[in-house]
Amino acid sequence: MSEPVIHTDKLTKRFGDFVVVDALSLTISGGEIFGFLGANGAGKTTAIRMLTGLLIPTSGTASVAGFDLYTGAEGVKLNIGYMSQRFSLYDDLTVRENIRFFAGIYGLNNQAIKEKSRQLLESLKLLEVADTRLASLPLGWKQKLAFSVAILHEPKIVFLDEPTGGVDPVTRRRFWDMIYEASERGLTIFVTTHYMDEAEYCDRLCIMVDGKVAALDRPEAMKRHFGVESMNEVFIQLARPNKME
Amino acid sequence: MHSFRGFLLKEFYHIFRDRRTAAILFGMPLIQLLLFGFAIRNEIQEVNLGIYDQSHDAVTREITDKFASSGYFVMRQELHSTAEIEHAFAEGSIAEAIVFEPDFAAKMIREGRATVQVLTDGSNPNVSKIITGYAASVLQDYRNTAFGAAEVGVEAVPLMMFNPELKSVNLFVPGLMALILMLVSALMTSISITREKESGTMEVLLVSSLRPVEIIIGKVVPYFLLSFVNVVTVVALASFVFGVPCRGSVTLLMLESLLFIVTALSLGIFISTITSSQQVAMMISLAGLLLPTILLSGFIFPVASMPLPLRMISNFIPAKWYLIIVRGIMLKGTSFGYIWKETLVHGVMTTVLMVASIKKFKTRL
Repeated sequence: MSEPVIHTDKLTKRFGDFVVVDALSLTISGGEIFGFLGANGAGKTTAIRMLTGLLIPTSGTASVAGFDLYTGAEGVKLNIGYMSQRFSLYDDLTVRENIRFFAGIYGLNNQAIKEKSRQLLESLKLLEVADTRLASLPLGWKQKLAFSVAILHEPKIVFLDEPTGGVDPVTRRRFWDMIYEASERGLTIFVTTHYMDEAEYCDRLCIMVDGKVAALDRPEAMKRHFGVESMNEVFIQLARPNKME
Repeated sequence: MHSFRGFLLKEFYHIFRDRRTAAILFGMPLIQLLLFGFAIRNEIQEVNLGIYDQSHDAVTREITDKFASSGYFVMRQELHSTAEIEHAFAEGSIAEAIVFEPDFAAKMIREGRATVQVLTDGSNPNVSKIITGYAASVLQDYRNTAFGAAEVGVEAVPLMMFNPELKSVNLFVPGLMALILMLVSALMTSISITREKESGTMEVLLVSSLRPVEIIIGKVVPYFLLSFVNVVTVVALASFVFGVPCRGSVTLLMLESLLFIVTALSLGIFISTITSSQQVAMMISLAGLLLPTILLSGFIFPVASMPLPLRMISNFIPAKWYLIIVRGIMLKGTSFGYIWKETLVHGVMTTVLMVASIKKFKTRL
């Protein structure tokens, strides 16, 4: 694979005495689908927030899309996309207005916005509902739109924070098709999820337990290592000792 | 810059597409002004009066006529005993009773004085005080015409400056402006920011190339403009519908109002930094901002009559200073030379709030 697009070294975040993310060291290459797993409170969201520039790390170093997290925050912002847990679109705006708005805040100019809106509406087959307010659209459509909008400005990396919450399995599967497509075009995907079947779709996985990296490998290698059939079992083996006692 | 324009546009979509928001923004000032102007009045008209005349002579009849023609009173019933007075009060058929002692005219001629007893229903002390005053002025009036002012010795000739008719709407309009601006600016801003936090869009905004300062400005500019429209509307309506004067400089009034709008907006931003739920933001705004604005600013209850601790607290309520300023400009025609101290206090408060809010907003996200 190509050169690393995300590289972190002992990235740490403390809130008071509580270490939320403990010395996270990762290297992710271009075009990779990187799965970030962990129980609630394992530090996933905090890690994403540091990598997207929403939170300042307590210690450690990191570079994202070739920019240093501390000194090149603006450069990082221009080269990443972000989709949060709740799809983060505006229900009271129409599909077209949503596209235009997000394209705008990601720094596209007028010409590019027009061009991209048209392309996107066509490729997502949303032309008919382009001027409908988002509130009346099904969840699956919103999810697709949210993803497309997050990568509209052609970032190097897109961060997806539990992008498939509350969506049925068929829609989830279709969503992953979109992720694969984007990855084939060279986009790096950093995705957190609760669903173990989704974990199997990733190129590489990082499982977090209590702020620390408990395992970091390809899904097959992980299953082989623990001698189990599914990611589910891997996850339970890793997470349980700390959670139950 | 382009992204900022888009952000502003989006904010206006939010405001005009949400019927509740639009209703609060434009309907509420109107309804409040009309309510305060028409329904809530301190002046009392048509006091139900009972007369217990134990004398029935020319003098008592003349005084009774004066009461009837004063415009304040309605002759409700003739009373014939003390028991009947009590009954009438208990029943609520009268609010005030006038009792003439027996041989009223004779006493007046013989001794030079006679006594009228004025009874009111003390269960509502404010009303009681006001209508006792009405009765006293009717009696004073009679005394002056019957004996001439010279005989009385020291006479008080009251004149209520700046509001000779004591119209309560004149008092309410400035308070109402403070209330509406607080509501529109602080409440709506805090709700609009927390809404983005609830929907997860705030994170996306912060990850985007928009800077936090741009987000704050984009959030407050629409409410700043709309609040200003509201100020103009309220002042215009008050003047055309209720004849509330603006004796001072309109420009000065608008500038001071802009300062107050900024105060309220800063408070709104501040509230949105301490909570990420719309409901909590609403509760804090209502309980923490609106109630003090109504109760402690001097809007309804005069600050001077509050106990010391409350008077001290009221100094920290921006609306108190704004109220002094607006009443000064509108009713007294005060120029800046007389209100610069209040403006200074208000300005310092605003600056501190704004800096604190913006700092907190940045560090929290």
